[in-house]
Amino acid sequence: MSEDATMRGKAAIVGIGETTYYKRGQSPDPEVKLVLDAIQLAAEDAGIDVREIDGFAAYANDRNDPSRLMTAFGSKDMTFNNMVWGGGGGGGSAAVANAVAAVLAGYSKYVVVYRGLAQGQFGRFGQGPQAAVAAGPGAFTAPYGLLSPAQSFAMRIRRFMHEHGAEQSALRAISMATYRHAQSNPRAVMYGRELTEEMYDNSRMIVEPFHLFDCCQENDGAAALIVTTAERARDMKQKPAWVMSAAQGSDYRQAATAHNSPDYATSNFKTLAPRLYAMAGMGPEDVDVLQSYENFTGGVLMSIVEHGFCEPDEVNDFFTLENFSAPDGKLPLNTSGGNLAECYMHGLELVHEAVRQVRGESTCQVPDANVSMVTSGPMVQPVSDLILAADRGVDG
Amino acid sequence: MSAETGAYLPEGLPRPGPAIDGLGAEFWEAAKRHELVVQQCRACGAFQWGPEWICYQCHSDDLTYTRVSGRGIIYSWERVWHPVHPALQEATPYIVVLVELPDAGNVRMAGNLLGDRTQDVVIGAEVEAVFEDKGEGDEAYTLVQWRVVE
Repeated sequence: MSEDATMRGKAAIVGIGETTYYKRGQSPDPEVKLVLDAIQLAAEDAGIDVREIDGFAAYANDRNDPSRLMTAFGSKDMTFNNMVWGGGGGGGSAAVANAVAAVLAGYSKYVVVYRGLAQGQFGRFGQGPQAAVAAGPGAFTAPYGLLSPAQSFAMRIRRFMHEHGAEQSALRAISMATYRHAQSNPRAVMYGRELTEEMYDNSRMIVEPFHLFDCCQENDGAAALIVTTAERARDMKQKPAWVMSAAQGSDYRQAATAHNSPDYATSNFKTLAPRLYAMAGMGPEDVDVLQSYENFTGGVLMSIVEHGFCEPDEVNDFFTLENFSAPDGKLPLNTSGGNLAECYMHGLELVHEAVRQVRGESTCQVPDANVSMVTSGPMVQPVSDLILAADRGVDG
Repeated sequence: MSAETGAYLPEGLPRPGPAIDGLGAEFWEAAKRHELVVQQCRACGAFQWGPEWICYQCHSDDLTYTRVSGRGIIYSWERVWHPVHPALQEATPYIVVLVELPDAGNVRMAGNLLGDRTQDVVIGAEVEAVFEDKGEGDEAYTLVQWRVVE
């Protein structure tokens, strides 16, 4: 891959913003107002007028249409709008990548990536379909009580645990590290709510092997970030979080219905991870801090393996609270509390945290963090991932 | 394969139907006849599941549904404790298995594992299909469930 053909170091995240994060149904504002607020906060953080944003990139069938947003802001012009296919959080890093593509293609000056969720106003993710008929692919699962995301993904995790002898303690370590980090983060919905080993072990079972604390929260709120070119980023208010690499997509027949993807015990990153590292010119050994999307802890387990941080048969040794804890664990993980304990903002809060780490502003800062990675949406199709850096290796 | 009385899960869950474009209808019609079928390509012989309008191997659209033995192997499983549907409030725990069908290109099907809901489930165990008739009149349908082969 020639240098010129990639986005490596050519664009940056220059502003981040988020509303207060609420428990599901607790937002005093409707979803679209949350999104407008988050975008304004991101613009303020970047030091630009919100009307300067001329591109919009989102994912997961976000309900908040860019045409409405730019109209509400009174923006003069919209030059780009984009939606990543797929319903889960798999598009989080892909939306950032598409924003980068838009500024590098010359479509837009500033592209905002956003996500808004008011699950009180709209439907819940954790609930099963309530329709009388499950038509099409759902017919092969829903009538058997295989309805919710937790139930869909537990089946993949069980198979992975069977193939590699992974134990419950590996899942517990992920949950405990994220909760530990949330205790330093006042934005986190689970701030002030520590999780002990006993609490995890005694928590109710949702679907084996997932305890309550293996499952993400359901929340209300909105988050937004702003992407622009390296040329502009250099002279802006914030230290740029350089985009070194991004990858999006899906492995062979991963969306085969009725649980028929040929490679089943996977987070769907096996073909992406090599592309991600190749573009960055890096490997897992270069990563200082990782934000890995937790719909469920088991997805993090497979994501970490598939990004080369440990061998699949070594997870019981590698997955410990100590290894995942900032500031000096081997792989500080989900340092804001992530989807489990900060807020389930469909993983966009993970990108925000990756930016904070390269700015040196995290509430669980990894000292001198340079390479900050995000993995978005394990076990869904498509998925995506992203590497940010404080130093892009060009002009420091 | 046999029929069994008494539904594993209560009525009220979504009942199965073909996609809006009709895909999958043959499977549910066959299930009503207590036959297990899997989509197969007439051109190259490949099995595929779930159903699609073309064959993923050779791209032919000459597809049929082939009757298979109903013998399978447990590939993965889960025991559900938290009900996510009103119909399941009194039905937990229940077991869902993912079954691989060796005589149909190792495609997989999900269903409930009949019997004791607290039983140990063994990946690799041999199971057989059991047809469970549910609903009434125009809303009658048949689910394909699984039972461990002793």
